[in-house]
Amino acid sequence: MHNKSPLIEVKNLKKYFDINVGMFRSKPLKAVDGVSFSINKGETLGLVGESGCGKTTVGRTILHLYTPTDGEIWYNGKQIKNKTDIREFRKKATMVFQDPYSSLDPRMTVSDIIGEPLDINKMYSSKKERRERILELMNHVGLNSEHASRYAHEFSGGQRQRIGIARSLAVNPDFIVCDEPVSALDVSIQAQVINMFEDLQQKLGLTYLFIAHDLLVVRHISDRIAVMYLGKIVELADAAEIYERPLHPYSKALLSAVPVPDPKLARTNNRIMLSGDIPSPLNAPSGCPFRTRCEYATEQCALEPPEFKQVSKGHFVACHKVEEINS
Amino acid sequence: MKNKPFSMQVNLDDFIPASPEDKEYLSKMRPSSTFFKDGVKRLLKNKVAATSAFFIIVITISSILIPFFWPYEYEEMLGVTQGGFVDSSYSNLKPFEYGETEQQKIENGEKVFPHIFGTDNHGRDYFIRVVYGTRISLAVGFFASIIVLLLGVTIGSVAGYFGEKIDLIIMRIVDIIYSLPDMLVIILLSVVLKQTLNLEGTFLQAIGGNIISMLIVFGLLYWVSMSRLIRGQILSLREQEYILSAKANGAKASRIIRKHLIPNCISVVIISTCLQIPNAIFTESFLSFMGLGVNAPMPSLGSLASDALNGIYSYPHRLVIPAIVICLIVLSLNLFGDGLRDAFDPKLKH
Repeated sequence: MHNKSPLIEVKNLKKYFDINVGMFRSKPLKAVDGVSFSINKGETLGLVGESGCGKTTVGRTILHLYTPTDGEIWYNGKQIKNKTDIREFRKKATMVFQDPYSSLDPRMTVSDIIGEPLDINKMYSSKKERRERILELMNHVGLNSEHASRYAHEFSGGQRQRIGIARSLAVNPDFIVCDEPVSALDVSIQAQVINMFEDLQQKLGLTYLFIAHDLLVVRHISDRIAVMYLGKIVELADAAEIYERPLHPYSKALLSAVPVPDPKLARTNNRIMLSGDIPSPLNAPSGCPFRTRCEYATEQCALEPPEFKQVSKGHFVACHKVEEINS
Repeated sequence: MKNKPFSMQVNLDDFIPASPEDKEYLSKMRPSSTFFKDGVKRLLKNKVAATSAFFIIVITISSILIPFFWPYEYEEMLGVTQGGFVDSSYSNLKPFEYGETEQQKIENGEKVFPHIFGTDNHGRDYFIRVVYGTRISLAVGFFASIIVLLLGVTIGSVAGYFGEKIDLIIMRIVDIIYSLPDMLVIILLSVVLKQTLNLEGTFLQAIGGNIISMLIVFGLLYWVSMSRLIRGQILSLREQEYILSAKANGAKASRIIRKHLIPNCISVVIISTCLQIPNAIFTESFLSFMGLGVNAPMPSLGSLASDALNGIYSYPHRLVIPAIVICLIVLSLNLFGDGLRDAFDPKLKH
């Protein structure tokens, strides 16, 4: 379905935030610490991990909403470096936000919200053209044209998310960062919105970076999945592969936590319980970030960070013990 | 079906399928109501605020229109005719009294427009002077608040949006201005500006350098509280995701401030502007009372009150009238501002 040329390449991306500790001292909070991946044209990469692991920061840093501390972002074989690149890149890469309530300006009508990217990039020559484009976008996401002159607070969560999606489609992007776009919606609406994402991908040939913590949703929509833990990607593989044969101990634990909609099966399911909490990214453990909660951890794990290496075709894992654990 | 008390039985009536009418009702689109319309509705329901608004409108319109058809001028000394003697019978008239020549006219059957509030010690019709005074006071209050509004909103939103160093610098300047005693600065500046501003021959001369300097001083001093207010609002608004979304679409700072941030704190802006007007009117009256206000013969409510002090035992109405007008204006503006806040501040919504 999709060809193999990468649309987005992220190389060793880092984003540290300076957090004030004490009066004049600040400490880097390593929200994203050396993340590399690529997304092919027309593909969906799912990014999962528990809250606070840096998923959202990855998405926002790719779009340069946060200035990356280090690392490279390549789009279509061209590195995004200076302001002109960023400006051009933003016409091709947009974002759908998590919270459908705060992501729409309460003082704007739907047509102004959707038309905003058009206004900013001056992508129309007449009022009529603008209006037609907005109606076309609303049609794409299943909104009624009568909705155009209404305000965001008059809509339900699902409809608001559709408005957000229409806005992200306005500039005709190739790439959309979906930052937990369905986690604020209830399940029946989630299905609608997810299906709409898939329809749009087929119709418009979009590429997604799909950030979520709902593993079932991610499995449904993604071609490949990356698992993040404490600012690092610990495992990256095809969606089916990672669900059937997770290699990293963290992915195993994470996937065993997926709720099974069958009580009988759920009772027999061996859930891997992790002890302890996710460490603060302010004092991340040395070596492998997961070692504090990993039952296989040895001294080597504390000393050197594991290499992110390919174990089978397209399946990358960052773990010293991967062979031992999975043999 | 009747439920037994304390039974856990479900009431089956709750599970009857919706009739077509019910469905129709739920899917019907209600007319779109904006935040602004809601606010105006709430404002009109508030009787005190609506009455105050009515008062303000009446006072404003009459202070603008009455001078056009009133037969007397504010600087016209009625007892003085060109080349003739000064007719002192026109000075210090009580309400509804007439000067000597007017008395004769009335006896001859001619109609003479009454001096509703009498005249002052120069024989000038007092009513028209009060009207002009109101005009000046309102104009000062209004323009001063506009200056405060423009400066405060611009500086406050820049400080709030850019944050960090810019914010720090602006807020320290604000702190410094806050720590200056207002009245002292106003008095000093109006004295200095009176000397330095050269208004001879310009249309501003009639209003006088004092008023201009007062406006400048207002602009310089009172934007601080407004800008603090706006900054606080914007600090919380800029964390919203729609701001991030605008940034992701490549919006520039000016666009984000204009299109997203200011519209979202407009209610706070309107309310605090409205409460700023009486403040300015008070200061103007006070300064005029001190003799630092408008240039004679132009009256303002404060200077009228100040002039009236000389004859307070004989003509107390000359002090009482401008004082009542000031009170009415300030009171109704304050009540209206309160009403606006109740109607538009979402945090106070019940």
